[in-house]
Amino acid sequence: MLGVLKIDPEGGVGVMNGAELIVKFLEQEKVEIVFGHPGGAILPLYDALRQSRIRHVLARHEQAAAHAADGYARATGKVGVCMATSGPGATNLVTGIANAYMDSIPMVIFTGQVPTDMIGTDSFQEVDITGATLPFTKHNYLVKDVNLLPRVIKEAFHIARTGRPGPVLVDLPADICLQAVGKVEYPSRVDLPGYKPTYRGHPLQVARAATAIQEAKRPVLCAGGGVISSGASEELLTLAERAAIPVTITMMGIGAFPATHPLFLGMLGLHGLPPANHAVMGADLLLAVGVRFGNRVTGKVDIFAHQAKVVHIDIDPVEIGKNVPVDIPIVGDAKLVLRDLLERVHPVEKVQRQGWFDQIERWKTSYQGSMGAGVEKKASNEKGKRLKGRWVVERLNQILGKEGIILTDVGQHQMWAAQLALRERARSFISSGGLGTMGFGLPAAIGAKLGCPDEEVVLITGDGGFQMNMQELSVAAKLGLNLKIFILNNHSLGMVRQLQEFYYNKEYYSIELSDLPDMVKLIEAFGGTGFRVDDPAEVDDAIKRALASEALTLVDFLVDPNENVYPMVPRGKGIDEMIGG
Amino acid sequence: MRHTVTALVENSPGVLTRVAGLFSRRGFNIDSLAVGVTEDPRISRMTIVVEGSEATLEQLTKQLNKLINVIKVTDLKDSESVARELALVKIAVEPAQRAQITQLVDIFRGKIIDMGRQSVIVELTGDETKVDAFLNLARDFGIKEVVRTGRIAMARGMKSMEYQKEEKQNGQNIL
Repeated sequence: MLGVLKIDPEGGVGVMNGAELIVKFLEQEKVEIVFGHPGGAILPLYDALRQSRIRHVLARHEQAAAHAADGYARATGKVGVCMATSGPGATNLVTGIANAYMDSIPMVIFTGQVPTDMIGTDSFQEVDITGATLPFTKHNYLVKDVNLLPRVIKEAFHIARTGRPGPVLVDLPADICLQAVGKVEYPSRVDLPGYKPTYRGHPLQVARAATAIQEAKRPVLCAGGGVISSGASEELLTLAERAAIPVTITMMGIGAFPATHPLFLGMLGLHGLPPANHAVMGADLLLAVGVRFGNRVTGKVDIFAHQAKVVHIDIDPVEIGKNVPVDIPIVGDAKLVLRDLLERVHPVEKVQRQGWFDQIERWKTSYQGSMGAGVEKKASNEKGKRLKGRWVVERLNQILGKEGIILTDVGQHQMWAAQLALRERARSFISSGGLGTMGFGLPAAIGAKLGCPDEEVVLITGDGGFQMNMQELSVAAKLGLNLKIFILNNHSLGMVRQLQEFYYNKEYYSIELSDLPDMVKLIEAFGGTGFRVDDPAEVDDAIKRALASEALTLVDFLVDPNENVYPMVPRGKGIDEMIGG
Repeated sequence: MRHTVTALVENSPGVLTRVAGLFSRRGFNIDSLAVGVTEDPRISRMTIVVEGSEATLEQLTKQLNKLINVIKVTDLKDSESVARELALVKIAVEPAQRAQITQLVDIFRGKIIDMGRQSVIVELTGDETKVDAFLNLARDFGIKEVVRTGRIAMARGMKSMEYQKEEKQNGQNIL
């Protein structure tokens, strides 16, 4: 059946098949780029794509196609699109889909499927992918009737990008893609009686929140990924400044608030910064915007922000009250709710909260003294000693400043990158949050670079995570993407090592990566350039050289394998009980 | 505490899987789940009996609402709703005991819908406690088989679960 391009019982001329219809609709959705890997069952769609102006980027592994679409979506705010064939193609996408789901990233995923009459027979490369992805897609479809395609494609994009964004998967049996369809228009609107996100906050709750802000003595704003997906950074900044409220962010919220702003406290959570963690625990009002209070943020949840009245603004009603009890719930879009709130909030002078700001200043000073600026001095004095990963990240941030887009993989380097990021705008820091997916960084950087070709795209990664998807260097090289890859290479799985140090009696096991390939030779094999740095004195120069390079460039920093990420909140503790804070 | 939650859902394949999957995934304990089509063939109605605190109930209601195919969810308070379940009970009955079993069925306002030489099938409707009480007494004869539908429920009075299609346009407030 796959040999037939169009199954047209009428023998009509100029009639499209299902796949061509999909591609036409993708063009109408203004999809510019899709990431994927072909295979038998998805070939009808590839054949239709061949004739389209939509660009297809051939990933070297389906997981990377999903991460690239994810990185593209995070960098641009558009819907990321990826595709793979049935069976293993589809299952390889699974990690990427779950990753996007956990971080509420808008994506539409197409998978090939065996022809409808073979579904359920365990045929070659058959897998129930709608069943498999049910728990971590916002919605999914198995299309069993070609006439449903217009509705399904329209709904898939609508669901992915509206409300709380998320991935939507469309499973396409090969025969459906090959079936002829007449002239079909793309629907202009959707009819989804069960899907009507609330965008405007309830006026009464907004009024209560405004009063709470006015009355608070020790308020803190906490911004998460929802501020970024809603595009509410400006409103957040206005509110913070007008009502004199210090701001902390979750890792997903990095960039939502300018890091150099005097009201900025830094990231909170288990590896959060002391000023942020202390402020949240000492606050009498916590204004949470677009956060989900994940366990990496709250630590011991029953004492989290225990002195505070909690205002929780989120577009997803499920998040409100799920993990942290809420006093003033506001379901709505962050931007719209903050705008409504701004209409009711009167200016508050900083002096009116002088005691609170003095306290925060003391936390900031004490932190700067212990780790902040001190680390830099100390590390640079240790000539001949092993490079410190944290210090390399700090130097990189100092040199890069607010420019470009930083991506990370998952592990120690990620936490340092998050703690030290000097990001000033939304979508300039991209990292795998909820799922913590090693291997995310490189393919996501490819997606981000393709989405924002004029931006300097910088990947901070570790030797462990980098190896999980390093085959994608082929894609970067082939497309001539001048990504800047900085590996904090400690020849081990650093975060796992740290966990074993603290919780498993320093019984180190299965963390050593001493058999790593030569990373400089590796990047050269893929057609890029690279250099190795192990002397602190060469770090600044290496970073500047890499940033100035026009080519795909990798810098292999050989760093101390025994370094830990601090501060660190031990298991079962409140976030103000930090080690090394 | 037990709660009765009722949901209007799209009558399409996979919806039951989504709902059932949600319960197991989020760790909700369901006692029963009954589903059937409504007066509108495009819409099915589910009645779910679930064990848990008020907070659990709130999460469950919100999580159900979050499913795209779920149109409306209502928590039915016992005092404001009627609830029934249907049970079919096959009981071993010697011919000499037929009068006794008929009497028992009458008391429970059930019906004998099949009579064999040595068994009867009884149809019984009522709330769960009534069915339990009947089963308890029928045990003296010997229960061969029981099938129960699980609870179905409906609010009293004029309140109804119809959904208003015109309520709100999709994407109305999108920026």
